[in-house]
Order: sequence, then C-alpha cells, then structure tokens
Amino acid sequence: MGGLPAGGGCRLPAILAAAIGALFAVPAAASLYEAVTAPATDFSRPEAYERNPGGATTVRRDDRGAFAQMAANLGFTDRMEFTLGEAVFQRRWVAAPSSTQAADGLGPLYNARSCDGCHPGNGRGRPAAPAEGLILRLGIPDGGDARPDPVYGAQLQDLAVAGQHREGALAVTYTEHRVTLADGTSVSLRAPSYAIADPAFGDPDPRLALSPRLAPQLIGLGLLAMIDEADLLANADPDDADGDGISGRPNLIRDRDDDAPVIGRFGWKAGQPTLAAQNASALALDIGLSSPLYPDPAGDCTAAQTACRATTHGDSPQFEGLEVPSLLTGPLDYYLAHIAMPARRTIDDPTVLRGKALFYGAGCIACHTPKFVTATDPAWPALSRQLIWPYTDLLLHDMGDGLADGLPEGSATGREWRTPPLWGIGLLATVGGGANFLHDGRARTLDEAILWHGGEAEAARNAFAAMDAAERAALIAFLESL
Amino acid sequence: MRQTAWAVPAIMLALPVTVAQAHDETAVLTTYADIAHAAYEDSLITARALDAAIDALIADPSEATLAAAREAWIAARVPYQQTEAFRFGNPAVDDWEGKVNAWPLDEGLIDYVDEAFYGSESDINRFYTANVISNPTLTLAGGEIDASVIDAALLQSLHEIDEVEANVATGYHAIEFLLWGQDLNGTGPGAGARPYTDYATDGCTNGNCDRRAAYLAAASDLLVADLEEMVAMWAPGGEARQAVLDAGPKDGVAMMLTGLGSLSYGELAGERMQLGLMLHDPEEEHDCFSDNTHWSHYYDQVGMMNVYHGRYQRVDGSVVEGPSLSHLVAEADPAVDAAVTAAMEETLARMQAIVDLAESGKAYDQQIAAGDTEGNQVVQAVIDALKAQTETIEAAVAALELGDIAFEGSDSLDNPEAVFQ
Repeated sequence: MGGLPAGGGCRLPAILAAAIGALFAVPAAASLYEAVTAPATDFSRPEAYERNPGGATTVRRDDRGAFAQMAANLGFTDRMEFTLGEAVFQRRWVAAPSSTQAADGLGPLYNARSCDGCHPGNGRGRPAAPAEGLILRLGIPDGGDARPDPVYGAQLQDLAVAGQHREGALAVTYTEHRVTLADGTSVSLRAPSYAIADPAFGDPDPRLALSPRLAPQLIGLGLLAMIDEADLLANADPDDADGDGISGRPNLIRDRDDDAPVIGRFGWKAGQPTLAAQNASALALDIGLSSPLYPDPAGDCTAAQTACRATTHGDSPQFEGLEVPSLLTGPLDYYLAHIAMPARRTIDDPTVLRGKALFYGAGCIACHTPKFVTATDPAWPALSRQLIWPYTDLLLHDMGDGLADGLPEGSATGREWRTPPLWGIGLLATVGGGANFLHDGRARTLDEAILWHGGEAEAARNAFAAMDAAERAALIAFLESL
Repeated sequence: MRQTAWAVPAIMLALPVTVAQAHDETAVLTTYADIAHAAYEDSLITARALDAAIDALIADPSEATLAAAREAWIAARVPYQQTEAFRFGNPAVDDWEGKVNAWPLDEGLIDYVDEAFYGSESDINRFYTANVISNPTLTLAGGEIDASVIDAALLQSLHEIDEVEANVATGYHAIEFLLWGQDLNGTGPGAGARPYTDYATDGCTNGNCDRRAAYLAAASDLLVADLEEMVAMWAPGGEARQAVLDAGPKDGVAMMLTGLGSLSYGELAGERMQLGLMLHDPEEEHDCFSDNTHWSHYYDQVGMMNVYHGRYQRVDGSVVEGPSLSHLVAEADPAVDAAVTAAMEETLARMQAIVDLAESGKAYDQQIAAGDTEGNQVVQAVIDALKAQTETIEAAVAALELGDIAFEGSDSLDNPEAVFQ
C-alpha cells in the first residue's frame, strides 16, 4: 500500500483502513476499540453510525427484498460469486438420478428441496401448520453429552424421495397460559409440546430428546463470523465471577478438520464454528446433500435405515464425487457471508430512543451485546474492520425451564441457548418470512418472546414485566426499529 | 504509528478538487434517455407486430401462422434485449421489468408440462403445476381461485402469486412458452416443439385450446400495454427520464454506469451464463423454450455498447445519437475510454462466436453441455470477456471520480476519523 494511486480519489478509504489497521497493532488499540464499542450512555440522540448495523455492508432497503441484497461495499466484479451463490441457495434439488446431474441428490430423507424452502426471502421459517422451516433435532442425552438416535439420526426428516419412507412428522400442540404484568395487563403465552407423529421406523426411544429449531433470518452471518474470538471471550463469564447472575459461555467446538477447539457461532446452540460448517450441515441434514464437509450422500439416514442407505444417490464423478461440490459450496458460502444488512429506519424517533434506554436499563445488553468491530482478514475485505450492531454476544446462556429442550450440543447443556442476534427483527414480516420469535417460533410477538426469558435472563424479563404499557411499547418500538 | 496514520488524510486533503468537466453531462444524460425512449418504442413496435401475428395464429392455426408468430417473437427480442442496459440503475425500469421479462419460470403454472421432465410438485411453490389453462378453478391449500375467464386481470393476479418469483404469468417468456412449449431435449439438439394444433378449434391437441388461445392473446395484449407504459416513462416529462435528469450530473452518470456494470457481470455473465455452464444445465438457459438465447445475450451486449457510445440504430435503420459516456470518460482519461471501447468490442466479437456456433446448428443449450469442449470454451470466453469489460467499467467509474457507486452507506470504519474520535 505505498504511495497514492494516480487520479483515484476513491482510494482514500482503503488507505485509511490500512493505516488504522496499523494503528491497532499498538497498545492504544485496546482502548480505542473499547471506546468505539462501549455501550451508549446518552439516549437523547442516536449514536454515530447506528443507522448502519452492518457497517459498510449496509443497504437502504426496507421492502420485500431487504434481506436479499449484496453487501453495499462489494463491487460489480464481486457480483458474479454472489449471484452464483444465490442461485445455489435457491436451487431446487431433485432426486437422483435425473437428467441434470448437477442438481440431483435430494434426500433420500429431507426437510426441504431448497435452502429458500425454509428461509423465504432469507427471512425466518414459520411454525404454523404445516410448519415451514421448523425442524426437530434429535438426540439421546448421555451424561452432559448427547448422541444421535441410532434409528432416526440427528434430525427428523419429514419428507423422503419416491420409494423411501419419511421418518414421521413434527407434531406440536400448544397450551395457552396467562401471565399478568405489574400494571395488570394479561398476556397469553403458548407453551408447545412436541412429538413425532406417524413414526415410520418404530416407536422412538423413550429417552429421545426433541429439540425444535426454527430457520433463522440469514443476514449478517459473515459479519458474525468475523468477530475476533478474543472479543467474544471478553464477554464470557462462565462462573459468573461478577455475580450479576449471568454467565455466558462459549460453545467450544472441535472442528472436523481441526482438533483445536474453536468457538461455535452459528445455530440456536452455537453448534457450528464457521459459516461453511453451518451451511454444509444444513445441506446434509435439511436437504440430504453431500458436500466436501459432509461427504455422505445418504445424509441423515442411519445404519438402521437400510433401504435409505442402499438407494441411489447423486454423487457425480465429474463433481468431485459429491452432490454439492466445492464449485457450488464456495459461492454458497460467499453469498451467505455477503448478504447486506438493511439500514435501521427510525433511529431518531423519540419513542425508539426511549425504548433503547429501557432496553439498556433492563439489562438486556448483558447478553444482547450492541456493538463489535470485526477483525481484519484479507480473504474477506468487505467484512473486515466493520463497526457492527448485532445485539448478541454469541455465547450460551441458561434460559430456564420454560425454554429448555433437554438436548446438549457441544458444550451447550439442555438448558442453554446462544443469544440470537436481533438485527433485522423489525423486517421479518416485510421480507415475507415468518415473524415469530425464540428458537421454535412459539412467541407470536416480541412481548411474548421477552416474557419467555428465564434463567439468566429472568431479571431482565422481570424488569420488562414491571414496566408500564408506554414503556413496554417504547422498548418494543426500539426492537422493531432494528 | 498514530502520526503516520493521520498524515495520510492530510496529504489527501491537499489534493486539488476536481476541475469542472468541459463536456456537458446533462447532454449525455439526455442522449441516454433518448436512446432508452427509442429502444422501448422499437420494443413496442415489434411487440405490436407479435400481437398481430398471434391474432393470426389464433384466427387460423397452422404451421405457417405458428412459424410467423415465432419469427415475430424473435424479432421482438432484438430491440427489447438492447433495453436491458437500462434496467439496473433505473428503479423505474427495474421495478417494472419483472412483469415483462421475468425468468426463470415454473411454466407448470400456465399450461401442461411433461412431469417426467419437470416434476410434479415444489415445496416452495404451490402453483408449480397449477395449469391455469386446464383448470377453470384453481384449488389450492388455502382456497380456490376463479380462473374461468382468462384475461389480462387474471394473468396479472397470478404473476408472482404467493410472492414466488418463478410464478411468471406474463411477459416475453410466458409467450415464448406458449409458442414453443417445453424444450425436452436437454442438452441435445432441438427447441420446444409445441404443435400448432394446441390452438386448433378443430382437432385440438393437449386440450383446452380455446383457453390456451385466450391466455396467449391476453399475455400478448399485456406485453403491448406494459411497453406502452415504459415508452411513456422515457418520453419528455416521463418518470424515468426525469429521474435520470433530476439525479444531476454525477448521480445520473452513476446510474448509467450502474446499469452497465450490473448487467455485464452479475446478471449476464453470472446468472445467465456461468451458472448454466458450471452446472451444464439447460434449465439455466435464458430463452430455454425457443433456443434463442444466443441472440438474447448478443443484444444485451449491443445494448450496453449503445449506452456507452451514445448511439442506437433503430429497427427501421435510423440512428439516435448524441454526446456520450465515452466522451466523458475520454476527457477524464483517454486510456480508460480506449480500454472500455476495446473490451466491449472484444465481448461483442466473442458473443458473435456463440451466435455463429448456434446458427451453424449447435444451440446454446448444446454449447453448455458437459463434455462439449468447443461449446464450453466459446461460452467461457464470453464470460471472461464480460469480466474484463466490467473491470474497465469500474475503471471508468474511478476516472470520472464517481466514488464507489456500489458502495452506498460506506460510512463505518472506512471513515475512521468519525468513528475513532
């Protein structure tokens, strides 16, 4: 990066970014970082850059396409990889063999034929019947760990290709129960109960834990991947040393290709350390596709499911012996890393600012961390050194009995969940996906979602329940503005 | 280190501000709008000819009237594809474009399909095999739709129904499907082979010929109406023309370049070419029913050159021209203008190779077949040329000091002065 490029006025930011990168190498960096990411104390006006939750990736969109844009700081020549990845994401897979070897390999067991089958508009799935993008993870708890069911595997697939049996269907029944807030307002929460309907491979093991998981919105994933591990660990307090009732533990995962433990970031229990691993897991479990990280073409078919394992698969010699070769997973990973973050809309509205103050005051930011600055990685320049506003610490928290699923994953217990990022939640309905909250979409409104918080989040929940109607409305208005 | 960091902006601030351009950007924007108006008007003229040919087919179905309608469709694509250079960068066009040129489509929404080839269901589209032509009432999970009368209003209501983009009920590709039918040849020779008897009142094949004719007539009428709307938008005082002129010299020129940069690489080289080539999948072919893809791609390139050089040859042979983007870039940096011009010529030459191969009997869907080394190379050469062309367009953006026009909202850490107080 020597010298000034001739005549190129637009090169200024790159030079400055490099210079600031150098700045971070000196001890002053830590305090600079802390200053930039320190929680707000002045709620009379918006913070600098608060409108752009994804930093320079942010786009000004608040319509149906708000979650479907390319990061604003990519250029024309980057659009090839992004577009190819989008096409893989939207590709409808068919059973093998088919006339198009590049698009076959569906199943044999699957939950959806395409990625966007569960993430419409790159938004959330819906728990409504028939569920769309709500699946059951399965496991038999074994001490602090869990193993896949020997018959049904790691996930219940409710669809199968012709000639194969689907495993069963997700059955959910809700029981409404009322909670009364401090001002006398009554809110009805629906408590779900899950079961496997029509199990095709015999009665499930009575010890089997069913963990419902709703397909989340897919914005900002590349930015979450770029938060420095040290910055995540700085928020961890596994033994609650500060005595605030909130622990926060990283889900330490041993990657398949790497025995050193790394921090899990993706999935409702942070079970996947990288975006590539998360994507490959979804291809395998949800669509039944083999890829470089999950080379088994039978997906989640277990040894007990002999017909499923014996049937035709879509691995093709000209495609690395896989159903989804690296030729396709590369663009898919690129796409999911570079979906633009939509800008916030009403950051200077007095009600929103009041709600923001209440959100901070209630202690929500103890887990829903407002800000990070992403690390620098020359392989991901558009995602590097961005000031981002995800409202998550990506750590695990005990959320109490009401939300517990009883299924450990990695170092997460059956009561722990990863703090989900809150960015974009105000646009969930706008983009055409579901607008439901929590890991299984049981909460129909943000009020319900907050009132379900227990365990480490109980104090924050109680603070919300103690607010008057105007305060609660302001806090919700703040969330809707994200 | 800190001092070094802040020394850089000080140097940058010392640079002189941009000198005023001698060339008049407003004249360039006017040329741009004039070409858009002429190209959409030509699209309308050829769509009216298509509409007349379709009326003739419906009135008297025969090999000859079907062939004439197909020829009219191919002729209509010539000016229309040249307008695609206006799509990206002009919100008025991009918002409108979907009802005219949406692709790819789940054609089972419209008419009968070969289920062995196409499949019978989709988990993301409940209209995947709705077959409006055969079903006066569409019964779906969640209710019924009355489709007893096939008219423009019905087609409009079905277009992108359920917010599924593949539910394409209107536009060029819906008409293409109704004229050619599915191309069941995969990467082998041959296009769609719909018989004219699909429209016969006597000896109707595949059933519901009257409803099929009603559908085709309605889709054709709608295409004409939609193009009338776009012609008006580019006429003096029209919304799209005004948006470009009102954007001002800098943003207006940026809109022009956004159109070229976005179409060149992401849309044309990426979605319409590289994907199909990579997967060797004829379903990823742009004009997949008619096998007219080579010309569609070719005229996209011609359209981009029209915009850059400020010159459009109309279907009647007359020419619309004026001060151009090329002039502006040449004033800023002649080498960049020469590079853009050369890259565009190179792309056109390589596009010509695709056309020549297709016209010699190897259609675009055969060119992308697995193992067809000759075809694959010819297509890849175009993709590579489009990439090189896009890089020169980015150089033109830099030469004109338009900033990073795709870099909207880049005020985060790239502007550390503001963040790191």
